[in-house]
Amino acid sequence: MVDKKLEIKGLNIRFEDVRALKDLSLDIYKNEILSVIGPSNSGKTTFLRALNRLNDLEDRIRMEGTILIDGRDIYGQMEPEELRKRVGMIFALPIPLPLSIYDNIAYGPRMSGLRERKRLDAVIEKSLNEAFLWDEVKDRLHSSALKLSGGQQQRLCIARTLALEPDIILFDEPCSGLDPISTSRVEDSMIELKKTKTIVLVTNNTKQAARVGTRTAFFLMGDLIEVDRTEKVFTAPADQRTNDYITGKFG
Amino acid sequence: MTNLTVNLKEKIGFGALFLATMAVVVPVLCIIWLIVTRGWSAISWEFLFTMPRDGMRAGGIFPAIVGTFYLVLGSVAFSLPVGVMAAIYLNEYAKDNFLTRMINLAIINLSGVSSVVYGLFGLSLFVVFFRFGVSIISGSLTLGIMTLPVIITTTREALRAVPKPFREVSFSLGTTRWQTIRHAVLPFALPGILTGAILSIGRAAGETAPILFTVAAFYLPNLPNSPFDQAMALPYHLYIISTQIPNIRLDYRYGTALVLVGFVLIMNISAIVVRSKFRKKRW
Amino acid sequence: MLKKIKEFIIERLIFLSGIASIVFVLLIFIFLLKEGISIFKTVGLFDFLSGRFWYPISDPPKLGILPLIMGSLLVTLGAVVIAVPLGIASAFYIAEVASPRVRDALKSCVEVLSAIPSVVLGFIGMVTLVPFVKALFKIPTGLTAFSGSIMLAFMALPTIISISEDAINAVPRQYKEGAIALGATHWQTLYRVIIHGAMPGVIAASMLGIGRVIGETMAVMMITGNAAVIPTTFLQPVRTLTATIAAEMGETVRGSEHYYALFAIGIVLFVISFLINVTADLFLHKDKR
Repeated sequence: MVDKKLEIKGLNIRFEDVRALKDLSLDIYKNEILSVIGPSNSGKTTFLRALNRLNDLEDRIRMEGTILIDGRDIYGQMEPEELRKRVGMIFALPIPLPLSIYDNIAYGPRMSGLRERKRLDAVIEKSLNEAFLWDEVKDRLHSSALKLSGGQQQRLCIARTLALEPDIILFDEPCSGLDPISTSRVEDSMIELKKTKTIVLVTNNTKQAARVGTRTAFFLMGDLIEVDRTEKVFTAPADQRTNDYITGKFG
Repeated sequence: MTNLTVNLKEKIGFGALFLATMAVVVPVLCIIWLIVTRGWSAISWEFLFTMPRDGMRAGGIFPAIVGTFYLVLGSVAFSLPVGVMAAIYLNEYAKDNFLTRMINLAIINLSGVSSVVYGLFGLSLFVVFFRFGVSIISGSLTLGIMTLPVIITTTREALRAVPKPFREVSFSLGTTRWQTIRHAVLPFALPGILTGAILSIGRAAGETAPILFTVAAFYLPNLPNSPFDQAMALPYHLYIISTQIPNIRLDYRYGTALVLVGFVLIMNISAIVVRSKFRKKRW
Repeated sequence: MLKKIKEFIIERLIFLSGIASIVFVLLIFIFLLKEGISIFKTVGLFDFLSGRFWYPISDPPKLGILPLIMGSLLVTLGAVVIAVPLGIASAFYIAEVASPRVRDALKSCVEVLSAIPSVVLGFIGMVTLVPFVKALFKIPTGLTAFSGSIMLAFMALPTIISISEDAINAVPRQYKEGAIALGATHWQTLYRVIIHGAMPGVIAASMLGIGRVIGETMAVMMITGNAAVIPTTFLQPVRTLTATIAAEMGETVRGSEHYYALFAIGIVLFVISFLINVTADLFLHKDKR
């Protein structure tokens, strides 16, 4: 098959006494969208936040196991800052900083030391284009990002992540607060991004997983129940619980 | 029990609460009214900007104003950076452990220690041990330590009010912890920090006991010209003209009280304005 | 690389500032102890605390602080009797009864009170309260424990009101709504339900108010008359621990017994405020543990 982008081996995550993830092993391939579905508290978000080490911010989380990106151990061989520049993240709710559109997108590059105005301008135009937002905001780059609509804000957040040119992007239920039209725009940009990047999408919306996922993984109570090509998971799941979840018997 | 007695009870109960509240509020208004109306006639260019004459029975209170200005400046110069960084430590770095509990306990105690005990402390540490002498620097540092809890608590509240997701977004964009604090937290906590600084200025300006043995002078013919000089100060001046100098005109005392209260209240009102102006701005 | 060094230094500074509060509390204690402990070479701790006479400049000096402790206790007792009920009642009025607009006005008023410097309240007390007390009770001087108690009550009120109000607001809304739904009147809800929920906070508020009163210096010094005798009534001049330090430190010789004794009083005050604050904090965080 294709190249492995991410290799997760024996991942165990404990939140105080609760086991959030149990002995998870999973490979994620280059240029795919891996959809992660499952009911709440199944460990999906914890899994996602392990991939960019955002779990490090919580003192009460304990982790075992290894995660490799292109063969490099993200906990042993990479600084978290370096890792997070390569592994972008889009959060459930759009969280623009209370700055201008321009400054929001320039945030990451500036923090990495890019100061030159012309190059910043170019990065911002490119990122906004990739997030399908350029045409809507090109005339008001210096107005507040908070004035954008919810869907525009979420695409702004995508552009902000793209400004750092990551090769992996993590989406944490990115459309949970959006209307159907905004949702389909975000999904379009995901499918477009797949050509050059690897995407992990955590979603509560099984239909969304079916629409965009190359492969789909089903999590339940911290266990990976099954992972396979999306058509396979949705038409002939190997496990009864997967079938019950996608047909809406629980969750 | 009939409805009538129940309602009557409620009326009496609320009435009692109302009276109690009035017993608190009315005297406050009276005090302010008294100071303003009685003190106003004393306020003049001469009163504010000249040296005292005739054993402080005439002339102005200029040196006391200048002294308080220096003291306040000195104390904030110390307490603002230390207090803000302490709040950053507690809100952004500290884990829930023994050390953090000790720090919290220490802050509570700093805010509870008697002001005159701060005076003793300043005397023994800054005046005697560090050999700063009775000086502006000794007084400023003493006041600075005393106002530290105000700055720490208000800054901490301000930092806590910055949404946690801002930090996560910033981290997810590959920033270090300090970059996140500096660019995704502090700018949005600035109004709250400002409020704390203003409040601490008001507090430092009005305190008397901590400066009694560390800086305050009864009377000085000249203005201080180095941080190692003694200084006169408004609250101490009010104390001595109220208790130590007989036959002083009452409006002269009221005038001094008005200048002091006026300054402190202006500080407090600005703090309230800053706070409410930015409270409306939600993200 | 430079960036890393810069951040390392900043984060060190932040940590040092973080523990600065602990350092300062320790420094306060150590320096009070360093200066004050010497007195116990000449006067035993027990004699110091229970000695009935404070004549620091007689020869030999008599350094018993019982009159000062009694003075502080008496003034504090008076202030507590006035301030605690008034403060709690006002807090309930502000939190539960007043309309939002009135509430804001009342809270600003309380904030103003807390901002007025102690020396100003002392001055106002001298020119208004003291003559009034003198005339009211037809006594030779209005500089009495009673006057001090009234003034101190005012200074403790902002602390009591604001912390009690926080405690009342922290009572979960469901309790109140539940009681109302069961047909209780607002007043019944208030004194049967809300008062229970707010109790630990109200106790803590009262204790912190007491702490404020014991530590208060300038106003007390200006209006209690400063007679270092064991008081028998509220209508006589008394001298408190704090006023003694403030009034006498300026006249002592550094290194004299009197000087050490004043620092020893400082230790007593420090210990008292430490105990009060720690206990109040336990009450405030009772539910969170």
